[in-house]
Amino acid sequence: MADKIATREAYGNALAEFGDKYDFVVLDADLAAATKTGIFKKKFPERFFDCGIAEGNMMSVAAGLAAAGKVVFASSFAMFAAGRAYEQVRNCIGYPHLNVKIGATHAGITVGEDGATHQCIEDFALMRAIPGMVVINPADATEARAAVEAAINYVGPVYIRFGRYAVPVIYDKDTYNFEIGKGVNMLDGKDVTIVATGMMVSMALDAAKILANEGISARVVNIATIKPIDKDIILDAARYTGAIVTAEEHSIIGGLGSAVAEVVCEGCPVPVVRMGVEDKFGHSGKVPPLLEMYGLTVENLVAKAKAAVALKSH
Amino acid sequence: MEQAKLNSLKKTAAQIRLDILEEVHAASSGHPGGSLSIAEIITYLYFEEMNVDPANPKWADRDRFVLSKGHTAPALYAALAEKGFFSKDELCKLRHVDSFLQGHPDMKGTAGIDMSTGSLGLGFSTACGMALAAKIDGKDYRTYTIVGDGESEEGQVWEAAMFAAHYKLDNLCVILDWNGLQIDGPVTEVMNPTPHDKKFEAFGFHVISIDGHDFDAIEAAFAEAKSVKGKPTVIIAKTVKGKGVSYMENQVGWHGSAPNDEQYAQGVAEIKATM
Repeated sequence: MADKIATREAYGNALAEFGDKYDFVVLDADLAAATKTGIFKKKFPERFFDCGIAEGNMMSVAAGLAAAGKVVFASSFAMFAAGRAYEQVRNCIGYPHLNVKIGATHAGITVGEDGATHQCIEDFALMRAIPGMVVINPADATEARAAVEAAINYVGPVYIRFGRYAVPVIYDKDTYNFEIGKGVNMLDGKDVTIVATGMMVSMALDAAKILANEGISARVVNIATIKPIDKDIILDAARYTGAIVTAEEHSIIGGLGSAVAEVVCEGCPVPVVRMGVEDKFGHSGKVPPLLEMYGLTVENLVAKAKAAVALKSH
Repeated sequence: MEQAKLNSLKKTAAQIRLDILEEVHAASSGHPGGSLSIAEIITYLYFEEMNVDPANPKWADRDRFVLSKGHTAPALYAALAEKGFFSKDELCKLRHVDSFLQGHPDMKGTAGIDMSTGSLGLGFSTACGMALAAKIDGKDYRTYTIVGDGESEEGQVWEAAMFAAHYKLDNLCVILDWNGLQIDGPVTEVMNPTPHDKKFEAFGFHVISIDGHDFDAIEAAFAEAKSVKGKPTVIIAKTVKGKGVSYMENQVGWHGSAPNDEQYAQGVAEIKATM
């Protein structure tokens, strides 16, 4: 499928769509036009509450609403949802395990021109460190929509990350079945496994094709749920392919790469090579050159996969 | 108010003060000063003002209470135990590893706690969320929150104040415990957050200033707060930190330290003398 849709767009559409089916309220912090919660606001103005530019207060208000029985979506950019409001998310939402869904958009470096202050590359690390927090990073619009519905039906705190940049639609809305905590084998292979999340999943599929042409059989696994992570699918990949490369639009510290390495080290030690933002802040620019600048490319993924394969013989 | 009612409230407040001392003494840790300063307010809330049911602590239509200054949990635990939410035997286990009475309130583990608090500045916002939920659901329960004077130095307190006024949360009543002291010294010297009355008024609140140890004033203030429509109310309660225990009154050092056996005995004797 050639369609490209930003997952934030899918998020806003899903809120508006599921607003008919489920009873929930939506909060935003003056970014409804950008996070796309504005689509929900237009359809359900009486269930939408703008909190102004006060993200800490918004997260605590969300907790209060949830404590009084409401299902709440609270949205801002990932930088302000997971970063600015970290402590409110931890203490007001995480500690009492309240039913708040944090819809964090504009995550990663694909924010683009706004630059480093707005490019959150630490949100997985921050959110997955909170006990009981579910962390989801959809790969495309289909998975984003499905993740929103799954979050509504799950009782407890959920952090869902959405992107600003349009990414290929890789799943069919009519057949895709999303389950929190379940990874998806996208392609089978025997030499190495690319464990990817978010926008890196479609790149992983492209990388696998190039690797195949070079005689390397790569398995591709989509991990949408960063936490709780699907240990079975990762350990199976480690056992049967013997090497893993992870791919994420996040710091290589604390995110998917770290989570996979934790599982592999404790369950089936094999080489794990991480591809992500290498302990650097972001930068302003158009998305394609930014992805080049930070090595988040199909070519680099191919090189990392080969490096992982090479480590097997050590 | 009638003398019998006043006597009963005073007796309960004195009992809560005894409980606070017992808790903090048994824990050898905790925050007696700011717990003692809110004894009358929390007594009035739980024994007159709020519609709560100890047998059904999660009752959906109950009034809500958020102790935004969560470190003064000993006062809240005492009120909840006196009200019957849990056994008074639990109080002496405060802050112990085998107790559900955490150093700061935990809504998951303790019956009657409506919100986990302790990190300052957050509770007020959660109370706003509860008040908003009542509005959304068309319910008439009210939400009360006690905010510390030192706590009002947190920026989020004013984010919450802005939110409460913006959404016309007239079902929200904030009580500011104006005891004048915080850990590093007098509030006005550490980081002066005054004038609270003018600030809250400017933020869109109905402001009532009272003596926070005077039950008649407390009763009148809560009645007035209920009559205000279209805006939230803040009751600025002038109190004495450490109230009721002579050596603790207006002493910065009793913010977060526990009395030894001798001091405990003296405090108990002083409070009992008023009963």
